[in-house]
Amino acid sequence: MSTPGLLLVAAVAVLYSGGFYLLLQRSLMRVVFGIIMLGHAANLSLMLTDEAITLPPLLGGPNGEISDPLPQAMALTAIVITFGVTTFLLALAYRVWLGDNNDEVPDDLEDRRIGRLSEPEDSS
Amino acid sequence: MNLLIAVPFVVPLLGAAATLLLRRAPRAQQVASAVTLAVVIADSTLLLAATADGTVVASQAGGWAAPLGITLVVDPLAALLLLVSSVVLLIVLLYAIGQDISGLSRAVPQVFHPIYLVLTAGVCLSFLSGDLFNLFVGFEIMLTASYALITQAPTRARVRASMIYTVVGLTSSIFFLTGIALVYALTGTVNLADVAEKLGAAPAGLRMVLALLFLVVFGIKAAIVPMHFWLPDSYPVAITRISAIFAALLTKVAVYAIIRTQTLLFGRDDVSTVMMWIAIATMVIGILGALVQDDINRIMSFALVSHIGFMVFGLALNSVAGIAGVLVYLVHHIVVQATLFLVNGLIRQYVGHTSLRSIRGLTVVSPLLAIFFFLPALSLAGLPPMSGFVAKVALFQAGVQAGGWLIYLGLTAGVLTSLFTLMAIFRVWARAFWGTPLPDMLEARAELRRGPDFVGRRLMAATTGTMVGVGLLVAAAAGPLTDIAFTAARDLLDGRAYIEAVLPEGAP
Repeated sequence: MSTPGLLLVAAVAVLYSGGFYLLLQRSLMRVVFGIIMLGHAANLSLMLTDEAITLPPLLGGPNGEISDPLPQAMALTAIVITFGVTTFLLALAYRVWLGDNNDEVPDDLEDRRIGRLSEPEDSS
Repeated sequence: MNLLIAVPFVVPLLGAAATLLLRRAPRAQQVASAVTLAVVIADSTLLLAATADGTVVASQAGGWAAPLGITLVVDPLAALLLLVSSVVLLIVLLYAIGQDISGLSRAVPQVFHPIYLVLTAGVCLSFLSGDLFNLFVGFEIMLTASYALITQAPTRARVRASMIYTVVGLTSSIFFLTGIALVYALTGTVNLADVAEKLGAAPAGLRMVLALLFLVVFGIKAAIVPMHFWLPDSYPVAITRISAIFAALLTKVAVYAIIRTQTLLFGRDDVSTVMMWIAIATMVIGILGALVQDDINRIMSFALVSHIGFMVFGLALNSVAGIAGVLVYLVHHIVVQATLFLVNGLIRQYVGHTSLRSIRGLTVVSPLLAIFFFLPALSLAGLPPMSGFVAKVALFQAGVQAGGWLIYLGLTAGVLTSLFTLMAIFRVWARAFWGTPLPDMLEARAELRRGPDFVGRRLMAATTGTMVGVGLLVAAAAGPLTDIAFTAARDLLDGRAYIEAVLPEGAP
């Protein structure tokens, strides 16, 4: 594999691991950043499927060769979708912050209440 | 025929545009939405009639030939699900209109109608799309609409819940994209039929990885254990019409995608052992969750998770009878789940919530409501002669035919789950429906009877009644339904009809 390809592979690896790390955090802002990084990782891995990634995208290759346009088209669609949903997610995170004045993911109240049912009752 | 295949998602998109333009005329907007969905129902009926004998019809959008163009395919499975989904979508829409007329909901109808139609378009496109990337786009249309719908009438709890829902949905979408990238890298195509042909030459290990990756992608959306935690936290919080349509359709679209990919693309690989364990875990853990909840909506959400396990069980059998059982179960479950959530909406009229802690004596407050709850609830538990019984018999028969200790373990889990479902339902029945009604419930009823919004409430009750009727119809039409399910299952397991319809001249 060529050097640009290897670099992309490394970038994809870093983005996926960083993205999942952030996704597991309690702060909603970090979760949003995690989603953004994961989106980039997925889009870059779409680009990686093209072996001739170093060739020009449309015109002007050495023998008229060009890189595969299909992954680019798919990545473009995916970028639009992840961009739109990320914007929505930011708006939601803002609403959460407006409502509760913090952006932590809380424990699930219903689950905790049910969890307490299994504890022995205080006999005093 | 080409035109007919495009109707189920083109017409709702046009309808969405029309309802957006009509936002200042609520009545016209309601009529436009209802007409749009009626057109989709008529079209799906035609498609089902054309494919009921097992024919597969493909249409190449834009005139580009198969592996390059956008392929739309309709086979008996897709047509059957299109018909059931569009009927449920129309009934829930009428219920929502009734709610809006009666002024009982704080949803914004002007926003609701366009997004609801976009959701319809996404669901239909997912059923029809013949390539992996288009399936992704269909899923995204559906999910983006659902992200917007779940925040209707926003409260703090709803915003929190929709945050969870959106993040989980996005995570599964990103896995989906990764899966598409890997499939494209391996085969150089994303057309389902073409991929199915070319995956044969791929190394078995890689195929297995892809099969499991796609199982995770759609498993998150279908809420199979251990990827189900998001569902009971988000669905019950949304307003009635939204949770009804989410519970009925969104998870089932994911189940459809699991069926399609696991049979067509990965039919050669045996992930059935993994799936059987997943099915057992989903059935048992889901229903145990339902037993300890005391909010009716949450009980129904956990029951939903557990009954997805039945469908995974049938799929894991990997036989014609098993898959036919799954299809009957899908149809039954879509209808029943929607009915139960609509009934919960009617309960909310009287008490404003669905927590078992302060509901008593609903049979006295509204005998009709009690009947509306009782029939689909028995069907969910699988008591004869309801549709749930037909579906479970089909699945269990297929299981016994296949044999083997793991399958018998799955069958035991299935029978236990049915019993526990019955137990959960009788807990609801004993606590919420029997007994002396609380004074404020009777006051609420008197208040509602005096209210000027009588027409809207009639419409809500009538649509719920229709939904109960559709559930009974599924049981009455079990014969023809099973025939279509068997035809569809044979098509799915064989796969040749699908591939030949899409690529008449063979793979390039």
